Amino acid sequence: MATTALHPAVPAYRSGLYEWITTTDHKKIGILYVVNSLLFFFIAGLLALGVRAELAQPKVQFFAPDVYNQLFTMHGTVMIFLFIIPILAGFANYVVPLQIGAPDMALPRINALSFWMLPLGGILMFTGFATGGAAAEGWTGYSPLAQRAYSGTGTDLWDVGLVLIGTSSILGAVNFLTTIFKMRAPGLTMFRLPILVWTVLVTSVLVLMATPVFTSALIMLFIDRNYGGHFFDPATGGNAILWQNVFWFYSHPAVYVMVLPAMGMVSEILPVFSRKPLFGYKAFVFATAGIGALGFSVWAHHMFTTGAVFLPFFSLMTFLIAVPTGVKMFNWIATLFRGQLIFATPMLFALGFLTMFLIGGINGAFSAAVPVDFALHDTYWVVAHLHYVLFGGSVFGMFAGLYYWFPKMTGRLLNEALGKLHFVLMFIGFNLTFFPMHMLGLAGMPRRVADYSANAGWSDLNLLASIGGFTIAASMLPFLWNVMLSLRNGEIAGDDPWEANTLEWATTSPPPPYNFDHLPEIRSERPLFDLRHAGAAHSALPAKYAETHS
Amino acid sequence: MTASGHALTTEHSPVAGLAHDTRGGISNPILGMLLFITSEVMFFAGLFGAYFTVRASTNPWPPGPEQVGEGMAEKFNLHADPYLAALLTVVLVTSSFTCQLAIWAIRKNDRRGLVRGIAVTLILGILFLIGQAYDYSQLGFGLTDGTFGTTFFTLTGFHGAHVLGGTIMLSVILYRAMAGQFSARHHDAVEATSIYWHFVDVVWIALFSTLYIL
Repeated sequence: MATTALHPAVPAYRSGLYEWITTTDHKKIGILYVVNSLLFFFIAGLLALGVRAELAQPKVQFFAPDVYNQLFTMHGTVMIFLFIIPILAGFANYVVPLQIGAPDMALPRINALSFWMLPLGGILMFTGFATGGAAAEGWTGYSPLAQRAYSGTGTDLWDVGLVLIGTSSILGAVNFLTTIFKMRAPGLTMFRLPILVWTVLVTSVLVLMATPVFTSALIMLFIDRNYGGHFFDPATGGNAILWQNVFWFYSHPAVYVMVLPAMGMVSEILPVFSRKPLFGYKAFVFATAGIGALGFSVWAHHMFTTGAVFLPFFSLMTFLIAVPTGVKMFNWIATLFRGQLIFATPMLFALGFLTMFLIGGINGAFSAAVPVDFALHDTYWVVAHLHYVLFGGSVFGMFAGLYYWFPKMTGRLLNEALGKLHFVLMFIGFNLTFFPMHMLGLAGMPRRVADYSANAGWSDLNLLASIGGFTIAASMLPFLWNVMLSLRNGEIAGDDPWEANTLEWATTSPPPPYNFDHLPEIRSERPLFDLRHAGAAHSALPAKYAETHS
Repeated sequence: MTASGHALTTEHSPVAGLAHDTRGGISNPILGMLLFITSEVMFFAGLFGAYFTVRASTNPWPPGPEQVGEGMAEKFNLHADPYLAALLTVVLVTSSFTCQLAIWAIRKNDRRGLVRGIAVTLILGILFLIGQAYDYSQLGFGLTDGTFGTTFFTLTGFHGAHVLGGTIMLSVILYRAMAGQFSARHHDAVEATSIYWHFVDVVWIALFSTLYIL
């Protein structure tokens, strides 16, 4: 790759805390996002271990019910708002400007502001534990549980923290859209954009349109709690279902905010490790846009049992949204079909995403049927479904991206053996934890309760799920060890360790400030493939894998 | 073709991407502001949605004497006395026009016209805020007075907060305009602020129509 080897005049990373706190470089901010989100991931993971420890056996052993309520509330809130959404935004922050050949985000200072609101919001939220208990009404914050009569200062801090985090998301979305519309390199037309950029674009539209509605809901809740408002108080003409409507108007599209960028990452990784182009680029783009559009018309499927929503419409729309998702599934399978598959760690996690997200999609389609939903509402079935989508989908996709772009971010490859150990442990632990929850839900076990009867027949499956939970926790050890080891002694990655297709691999690892000295000519959605093969229409295995496949 | 670096590049500047946003079309800050306003529209849509939900399930609206007593029902009847609010509407709509005059001035590189236009806009904005504060003091009901009070003060209060934000932005613009920082070619900040100010104006028109006429 002599053509693209660049030698930055300034070292890419100057040391010093000051540099990191004041930076407006999208790469540093991206890394800050990722590290911050991983910290919150581990904290929220510990909260989940608390939940699984309590549920391993019937009766109350470790946590009183009110503490248990705080555990699962903070687990859900932190995982969603401080881990999945921001870590995907972090990868996008790092990768999108590189993939479109831009020197930085369009609004670099706004970018720094978006990041710094996150730790602030997170700290506010956790301060709740010091004020007599964090928020405890579930991450959905339903009234009347979230009202003053039933919850203390912890809920106010939760509320304000979420407003900050939401504002961070909105400003991030403004920045991504401006960057994607305005900063593309010459020749990089919309239909040559890498798929990840497309998914970030649609995600940003969702954030831009949905998150402010959530902000308005949080502000109404704050007014109800602190200034004597009556929005969600039926006794004085308010409407408790109103909260559910405004909340889910955001929080359902938020599911796509959490999964679309992960789909984008997987769509970058599968072609590279199959040595084929992504099958059906345009179909994939239109499916992404379709999911984004339909995403706004399905929120009330979380509210079937309220009796306050028009069931046939929301059920139909929920089934419909499975169609573009199915289109993508076939895109991915067809990409793999007859490819020269390379089972490196990013590929393993991407395949984990594919299989686990498929289960999450199928059990979701069951819940879209109104009568089934009435039976399964608020049972462990729902917990199984959402974890297959958000853990099996988003988290596996996120780790695929982490193993894939770590060499670009640090200049060193992660260790393959430890990576595979991480994958195997996490894959087994994940399925041990969440698959039994399908059975528990069908057997009627309600979610969000600290205790269950020893006679209910749920004990064995719960113990299994708890063993699985601790297995997931154990899988993080080889991961952390791997990161520490590889940062010091990892194999030097070079510009393009995977022989990939997109522009971020055309610069050094890590890239210099402002990213590129020269850009390759862009004539397709795979400029680096074009560069490598100079127009030849065949793919070849990277040299390092050639022996094992010949 | 693969051997020579230059043959494969489309740009030879040391930082190839830096110049992208000068390729014409809308500028980055203005596009950013338009997108931000999109999110603001959705924020107010949430509040309006709450208002109409509550209103639809309350009969009559505004709550009558049987529900809240004679005195309160009279105060809730905003339709009977919309005159101050109408005057404030005139003030804010006029300020949108003066803001646009300022924009047209700086597009022709008329810096004095810019300062004049922004100054008048700022004064009208402050007048609106003073008028709204006076209105609040005369209404006779508060945020805690049923869903009517809650929705009224939340909607108008958040609009007022946006007007306040707008006047702060206009103050910065005025200071920078007087310092001579803007020209026909370089005035993105003025354009972005003016778009925001027009948006705040439009929200008020929607609010006035909903609360005082509809």
